[in-house]
Amino acid sequence: MDTTNLTIESILEGYRSKKFSAVDVVSAYLERIEQHDKDLNSFITVTKAEALKEAAERDSSGDFSLPLAGLPIALKDIFSTKGIKTTAASNVLKDYIASYDATVVTRLKEAGAIILGKLNHDAWAHGSSGENSDFGPTKNPWNTKFTPGGSSSGSAAAVSAGFTPIATATDTGGSIRLPASFTNTVGLKPTYGRVSRYGVISMASSLDSIGHITKTVMDSAIVLNATAGADGLDATLHSEKPDDYTKNIKNGIKGMKFGIPKEFVSEGLSKDVSDVFEKTVEALKSLGAEIVDVSLPNTEYGIATYYIIQPSEVSSNLARYDGIRFGNKRTEFGEEAKRRIMLGTFTLSSGYYDAYYKKAMQVRTLIKNDFEKVFEEVDALIAPVSPTLPWKLDEKNNDPLAMYLSDALTVTANIAGIPSLAVPAGFAQGLPVGIQIMGPQFSEEKLFQIGYAYEQATEYYKQTPNL
Amino acid sequence: MKYTPIIGLETHVELKTASKMFCGCSAEYFGKAPNSHTCPVCLGLPGALPFPNKTAIDWCVMIALALNCEINKFSKFDRKNYFYPDLSKGYQISQYDLPFGKDGSITVSKQKGSNETKMIRIRRVHMEEDTGKLTHAIVNGEKVSLIDFNRSGVPLVEIVTEPDFENEHQVVEYLQKLQKIVRYLGVSNADMEKGDMRLEPNISLQKEGETELPNYKVEVKNINSFRFVDKAIKFEIIRQTELLEKGERPDQETRGWNETKNATVSQRLKEEANDYRYFPEPDIPPIEFNQTEIDALKNALPELPDEKQERFEEKFNLPSYDAEILTRDKALADYFEEAVKVGNEHNITPKQIANTIINKKTNTEEILPAKLIEMISSESKTEEINPAELNKVISEVVSENPKAVADYKAGKEPILQFLIGQTMRKLGKKADLTVIKSAILEALK
Repeated sequence: MDTTNLTIESILEGYRSKKFSAVDVVSAYLERIEQHDKDLNSFITVTKAEALKEAAERDSSGDFSLPLAGLPIALKDIFSTKGIKTTAASNVLKDYIASYDATVVTRLKEAGAIILGKLNHDAWAHGSSGENSDFGPTKNPWNTKFTPGGSSSGSAAAVSAGFTPIATATDTGGSIRLPASFTNTVGLKPTYGRVSRYGVISMASSLDSIGHITKTVMDSAIVLNATAGADGLDATLHSEKPDDYTKNIKNGIKGMKFGIPKEFVSEGLSKDVSDVFEKTVEALKSLGAEIVDVSLPNTEYGIATYYIIQPSEVSSNLARYDGIRFGNKRTEFGEEAKRRIMLGTFTLSSGYYDAYYKKAMQVRTLIKNDFEKVFEEVDALIAPVSPTLPWKLDEKNNDPLAMYLSDALTVTANIAGIPSLAVPAGFAQGLPVGIQIMGPQFSEEKLFQIGYAYEQATEYYKQTPNL
Repeated sequence: MKYTPIIGLETHVELKTASKMFCGCSAEYFGKAPNSHTCPVCLGLPGALPFPNKTAIDWCVMIALALNCEINKFSKFDRKNYFYPDLSKGYQISQYDLPFGKDGSITVSKQKGSNETKMIRIRRVHMEEDTGKLTHAIVNGEKVSLIDFNRSGVPLVEIVTEPDFENEHQVVEYLQKLQKIVRYLGVSNADMEKGDMRLEPNISLQKEGETELPNYKVEVKNINSFRFVDKAIKFEIIRQTELLEKGERPDQETRGWNETKNATVSQRLKEEANDYRYFPEPDIPPIEFNQTEIDALKNALPELPDEKQERFEEKFNLPSYDAEILTRDKALADYFEEAVKVGNEHNITPKQIANTIINKKTNTEEILPAKLIEMISSESKTEEINPAELNKVISEVVSENPKAVADYKAGKEPILQFLIGQTMRKLGKKADLTVIKSAILEALK
């Protein structure tokens, strides 16, 4: 049987009932990668030998009691992995081998997961299309002429193509949700402070959220069970968390009230996306939810605010890559990283700090307040992830500003630190379209409940690309 | 023309916490094998994050409280961005606009030995992390720079004064007091030779009668003893006076103290301020204190040196000279108080104890307070001397030392001590000195 299109629960069920072994499953994914990834370029490193060895060990132990026992995973190459190259998809770290595991990696391993390899993305997670990778662009499994979205391009493409059931990813301004919506996968950007950033190469520290991409909402909740919670290493983490994110997942959404922020569905939205979104709204209504129009008036300042705060932090975070102790020289930085280092250095400079960084932080508070006010009235917000369908590779490559604007609907969740779950919502012109469900801080449990109800009613996750 | 020195001081005090400021590595680095106390955090490896050390923050607040500072209830860490190979992250985690403590003071005497005091205002007390250490060496015939990150991330408290010092004496007394305070708090060894305490005075001269601060400032680094800070300031005052007399403005610069030359030497000109691109450290949430927490730390403060000295003067009726010496070190002060308690039972006064400790340099680590009292009381006992025996001995001494007797008669009075000593030795007993003295004087008449 084809084990590369199963959910976490069905893989575990197969192991436990001895329908197939961990070696069967890991081999099947590895074969698929070997066969098809040359067309997609989603992996930077495949750890075939280690993965097969671990699978065999798992099989011989016969212990499949762990929540992710024998489950293959792949990691965005920005997650530090002890003994495995961690490149940040940049030539600067082309040959860098981390000496320690990121907290999330440790936790996934402890939950029994087996690492298949490291995934491609925009270098340093700078980008919305995956084209800023120094290892070449990743292609969209639904149509290889198109971008799979970025920066977590490899994570989304790999899950969508059936190379792995789980891929870790990071979302600083939309880098999980945009590629998830472009590839018919589920992407979770958790609340800031939910999942440890320790060991994940920092992009913009106050915005970076550590999440993952999966096929289904249930899978997303199971993975969060393993990754969430304080670790004593990331000082921004919240210590309390629910026991089990899947507990209420099947409770339905009858009687819930959802808001549609009018600023998210304004003139900028393409016809293709708005048609799909209208159907989403109808589907949610038919599941018993009440839909109301709401306003987040400061949304229009989102991109401007984001492009002050983010490069400022980037310029400081990239300072350690001086090539003295590890990595290559600074001349190896790509165009986009250089652009952000310069922007951030400028906005933090004395005399400009007040006009840029400080002002941006003030607007950040306003954007947070917008969300807080709205969440007094609704359970969650529903919106498209991207104003447009996936675009063609090379289309926006020479226009950084156009690229930046593709994050218009995603950055505000990062600015406010709230969680957002991207779920498949259908197709237009043969390309996937996703919606996002945003909730108050630490409301992931509710987002899964909403996402699950919608997903089970629409079943887009059952559609897979032809490779 | 007369000039008034305007001196400010930045002091770094390294805390002796068990672990570093932002990671679990041991903070003890002195004499350890290079890079043996390091981890991804203090090495600044990709992905590593700082996790603040609560004890270090509490200790910084305690220092601030001991220096009469106001505590910022809402505080935060900031990044100070600059490049240097010993700085593993390309920025130092420090505090910019909201230090833990502000507006404190230390009071010193205006001149050496004067009763007039001068209050030195403390602008801020903030927390930051130390850097690694560079060593320039020749390895296999090649000139190299070696980096040791054992010190990287060790907690440092920076104490910055207003430019209130008027002379080198005030600076030295301030530093002695500061050193005593942090040692009393038990938060730092404040050992200058080990670099636990680092000083950077900035010195400029103001024309007498002017009120505006001078338009330049000379910072002096590399000073590793209080004696050198005294010398460096004296040197700078003379150097800058000479320049000003010639009508030149001294350069705005950083100078270093050169021990062998006994002079400050220019290190780098600093015409413009560095742009450190400070911004709030996003990896560490702001730190908030409530009044209860601040009060708890305040209550945990031990009696501080100044208070203790004052109490010793009043309670034990000691001159301030004695009280100051006895309170320099908390262990010594505790020893003294213990000895006073025992002394009470044996009619030994605190002043007698103080004299013994100060003049005889008692080894307080080996001699227990009770033993000390025993020694004092046995020393103060004298034996009865038969006057006939005494006179016999004295006449012997007088006849055996004709030159001394002649000298004394010629007016060399101190020679009397010699004759007293000789008499004591011959007697072989502990006699009352005043009795012997008057008997000798009688014999010499």
